[in-house]
Order: sequence, then C-alpha cells, then structure tokens
Amino acid sequence: MAERSFDAKRWLGWDTAIIALTVIWLVVASLSVENFGTSRNFTFLILDLLPIAIVALPMTFIIVTGEIDLSVASTLGLSSAVMGQLWTAGLSIETIIPLCVLLGAVLGALNGFLVTGLGLPSLAVTIGTLALYRGLAFVVLGDSAVADFPENYTGWVVGTINDGAVPNVLILLVILAAVFGVLLHATPFGRSLYAIGANAQAAHFSGIRVARTKFWLYVLSGAIAGLAGVLWTLRYSSARADNGAGLELAVVAAVLLGGVSIFGGKGTLPGVLAGVLLLAALQNALRLEDVSGQALNVVTGVLLVASVLLPNIITSVRGGRQRRKLRQATTA
Amino acid sequence: MRVTARRLLAATASTLILLGAGACGGTTRENSGDTGSGAQSGASADPNAKFKEGVKMAFLPKQLNNPYTDVEVSGGKAALGELKGEYKLVGPNDASASSQVSYINTLIQQQQDVIAIAANDPNAVCPSLKQAKAAKIKIVGFDSDAAKDCRDVFINQATTQGIGESLVKMASEQAGPDGGEIAILSATPNATNQNSWIEVMKTELAKPENSKLKLVKTAYGNDDDQKSFQEAQGLLQSYPKLKVIVAPTTVGIAAAGRYVSSSSYKGKVAVTGLGLPNQMREYVKDGTVKKFALWVPSDIGYLAAYAGVALASGQITGAEGEKFKAGKLGDYTIGKDGEIVLGPPTEFTAENIDKYDF
Repeated sequence: MAERSFDAKRWLGWDTAIIALTVIWLVVASLSVENFGTSRNFTFLILDLLPIAIVALPMTFIIVTGEIDLSVASTLGLSSAVMGQLWTAGLSIETIIPLCVLLGAVLGALNGFLVTGLGLPSLAVTIGTLALYRGLAFVVLGDSAVADFPENYTGWVVGTINDGAVPNVLILLVILAAVFGVLLHATPFGRSLYAIGANAQAAHFSGIRVARTKFWLYVLSGAIAGLAGVLWTLRYSSARADNGAGLELAVVAAVLLGGVSIFGGKGTLPGVLAGVLLLAALQNALRLEDVSGQALNVVTGVLLVASVLLPNIITSVRGGRQRRKLRQATTA
Repeated sequence: MRVTARRLLAATASTLILLGAGACGGTTRENSGDTGSGAQSGASADPNAKFKEGVKMAFLPKQLNNPYTDVEVSGGKAALGELKGEYKLVGPNDASASSQVSYINTLIQQQQDVIAIAANDPNAVCPSLKQAKAAKIKIVGFDSDAAKDCRDVFINQATTQGIGESLVKMASEQAGPDGGEIAILSATPNATNQNSWIEVMKTELAKPENSKLKLVKTAYGNDDDQKSFQEAQGLLQSYPKLKVIVAPTTVGIAAAGRYVSSSSYKGKVAVTGLGLPNQMREYVKDGTVKKFALWVPSDIGYLAAYAGVALASGQITGAEGEKFKAGKLGDYTIGKDGEIVLGPPTEFTAENIDKYDF
C-alpha cells in the first residue's frame, strides 16, 4: 500500500505543480498588476504565446521519446521566407499556406531521416539544420521583407471572435491541443512514445516501430513549425528570413518547465500548456510592471534551471529516504 | 487500435491543409488590393494650445543598451522634464522585427499618451501602432521610420539626401584627388536609415564629379561590434587597394576604426562615416580617422518629446505646414508626410571633437 501512495505522489508530480502555479500566478497577477486582467491584454497574451504553444505540441512528443528538435524556429523562418517569395511571385495565399505547411513537413522529414535513418544524435542533427534552414531562409528572401499580405488574413490572425476578447487563433490552438492531447494520452500511439522514451530498446523488442514513430514525429514537428511560420508572418504582416529567431529555446524552455523530462519518458501535455502559459503570463506581467528585458531573461532562466533542478532534487531526496528506510529494515 | 492513432494524425494533417485551402477563390497579390488607407484624423490643430502638463510619453528604441540610443532618449527625458511630462523608456534586448510588438501592446495597456518609436521593421509594428492610435495614443517616429499611416509624425535626424551627400563628400575628401576604391560597412541589411542613405550615396557616386570613386562592396556588420570588426577585416583582405571605409552606423565606424588603428593599414586606409565623438576620439587623436559626422543625437529625443507633447496637446496633428516650438531647438514646421527634419549633421575633426561629450 505504501508503494501505491508513492506512485500517486509521483503521478501528481511536477506538471500538476506547474498547473497550480500557473493558476495562482494568473490570479495574483490579475489582482496586483494593473491592466493585466483586461480582455485586451488576454488577446495580446494569447497572440504572444501562440507560436510557442503550437510548436511545443509536437516538441513534447519528441522530447517524450528522448529526442529533441532544435530546428523548429529556423523551419518557421524558412516557411515565412518562402511564403513571402511565393506571394511576391503572385501565387494565391490559399495555395501558399498549404505549401508552407508541406515545406515544413519535408524539412521535418529530413531531420527524421538523419536521426532515424542514419542513426545520428538528434541534438547534433537539429543544431545543424537549425543553421541550414535559417541559412536557406536568407537565400530565399535575402534581407528584404514582404509586407503586403491581404488584410482579411492578417486581420483574422490578430482579430478576435465577434470583436470580443477571444482571439480567432485561440480556436486553432484549442483544436490542435485537443488532437495532440488525445493522441498522447488516450491512444496506444501515445503510450508507445512513453515506452520509447523510457527504454527505446525494450520498446523495440515489444513490437513498437521506434524508428518509424520517431521519423513521423519529426515530420509532424516540421509541418507545425511551417504552419507557425505562416501564422507568424500574417500576425506581423511581415515575411522575413529572421522571423522567429531563437524561438526554439522558448519552446524547449516551456516544455521542460511543463514537466517533460529532457531524458524522455515523462511529462504531460496539460503540463506543457501550463508551462507555455506561465512563461508568457510572467513576461507579460513583468513588462506591464516595466521590468527591463534583461531582468525578464533572468527570471525565465531561473525558472528553467529550477524546473530541471527541482524534480531531480526531489527524486534524489526520495531515493535517499527510501535507502535509509531499507537500511533500517535490514538492520532491524 | 494503432489505426485510430494513425487516423487521428491523418485527420489533423488534412484539417491543416483544408484550413489553408479553404476558400479556393484565390487571394493573390494582384487582387488583394491596396490596403494602405492612410487614416487621417479629423481633428484640427490649434496652434495656440498650451503644452499640456503630465503627458505620459514612452520611448521605444530599436533595442536597449545601445550607447547611441541611450544618448538619443536622454534628450527626450530632458525635454519631458522641461514640459513636466512623465518619461518612460522600454524596449527589447534584440533588434528583431517582431520583438517591439509586445512592448507596444504593453504601452497600449498602460494607456500612455504618446509613444515614440524607432521601428525595427516599418511594417511589423504597424498593426499594433494602429491599435495604439485607435486607443487615442499619439505616435512619434524617430530614428527609423514606421510605415507612414501608422504614425503621426516622424523626426528625421537629417534629410536622407543631406546625409548621403555628406557621406560621399567625406569619402571623396579622404580618398584624395586620385579617388580609388571605397567600401561601405553598414548596419543590418534591412535597416531603413542606412539603406536609404546608401541609395543616395550610389546616386551621388554615379555623378561625373565622383567618377574616380569606385564602390566595391557593401558589407553588413549587423550593428554588432564583433561582426562589424570581422567585416572590416574581411573588406581589407578582399580589397587590398581599398582607400576608404564609409560606415554609416556608429557601431560600424567604431569597429572599423579599432581594426584599422591596430593594423598595418593604419594611415593608408581612411575610416569615415557616422560616429559618436566619445567612441571615435581615440582614433581621431591617433590619426586613423580624419573626419566623421553626426547630428547631435540627444536633440532627436528632445525634438521627439516636444513633438509628442505638441500632438497630445492638440497644437499639431501631423499635417504638412503646421508649426510648433521645440524649446532650445527653436521653431519647426512639419513637412510632407508628417516629417520633421532636425537639421544638418555636425562634422567632427581633431580640432572640434573635444567640445562634444556623447
């Protein structure tokens, strides 16, 4: 019985704590930070976190399997650059958007092939493609910017439902989050990801097609990053090769803060979404309080280190306690 | 059971594609029409209105902790002190296109009266600035302009033409009567200012009196000291006959000055452009740099603050021909497209550099 309560404790782990912390922070900030709890600020907050949130969904899958994809921000940038170039070339936006998503999928497939086909470490591969895709983005669009996207599309991305408080893009985020949530937590596919992350070899021997699964995760991650590139471009009405630079770090930070273990096998999607929201709400509130950008970075950094450090400390403290108990039991 | 998962994936993928393909009417560049409506405020200016006190004005430079920006906004702070307004400085750490947008949104939330912005990207900040205008916030562009219909006035440090001409004039003086190869070391490749000056320089260089000057390369140091230093180094290695490096950015000219003064090119290759006297003093004194120019940056912030408060007080609306008084700088008249020109740049040489401290 003691073992079972221990299990429950582990299950009510870091992600539950982060969700609680996020709720507490939202309440505290609404009460104490002037202009935080307004409907307009809610819209701004959602718009700011949207690209991080949607890219974090497939990133969670990938990190759960024990891999990583650092090329997402560059994929976003390349998608944005291609979008600008195709728009200038006179293609219709309705053609361009699926093409950009497809492009993202192809870029993801290259990552997937290098990682699973050639068996290279994903950290090295995606650092490489991070540079490669960003470089290609500059090849495609150079240093120019394309800005004249149609207002009905740019307006939709920054607009709200019936001009209320709920941003249009929130619908998209909710749909995507629901699909990813169901996939991860309610299907055998989702469970196989945890199995791969916990022990890829064991997963392989129990009949899970490890390489194939990972490959498709990279394709998915690329496609979503491509879509994020489209949304980014429309939000800022500006297609540029440097769009989203550095976003991969914000995404990985949010995923880890949300309780996903960097070693794989652990973490939940609600936790990740809470992590994204917490980081965004923290930055938003601190900005409203006129805290400088450097201080913002310090806060984010401390949170991230804490999110990696604390679960480890807790585990080792628990382990120590268990060992002590065991020792007492044997000496008695 | 595995099929369920795959189906879900397939469904997601097809939804994504459908979302894009949605209306196959086809919105292309040709049929989307011109979107710039250039909303004009119906309000009329009252030139006799007094400067309001307590105007909340926020400065949003391209990025914080840039020595040039610091001097610029210090003038704004001084002017708001004179006008009894509330000064505030916010800004991102990186000069990327989109990072300013969150700050504009925050300023809207805080209900500032005036935002003075040096835009990193004239279009990316536009939707947010329009929202700010809808919330009755006056927008003053300074340093680097936002798209015209997104701001009320723009403080131009000098006319583009004037700067470009002055840069070519200095390059020509220092290349000597025989002319020779020159190179430009600019900021970021998409910097609005630098690009428009470079355009003028090219037009000037095409004129017969400058036919002996040959522009061999425009390099970009991204307003990053190390990158600019490396670019300067690269220029001299690729073009051994180079006579002048023209850097129309304070970061670039300082980095180029530092490289040339510590290399064997010292005395052979001239460095000129736009620089801060405090950063350039050393290189002027050791002879690496003979002459460079700049407007007095604190005056830009100063003028921006006066223009901002004048807008908030209803003295001006940003229409061509309106006049206002900007404290110690005197009288200004708004030009075409809401532009307010600060004045001609000041040239710094070994003789006068010690008179300036910025």
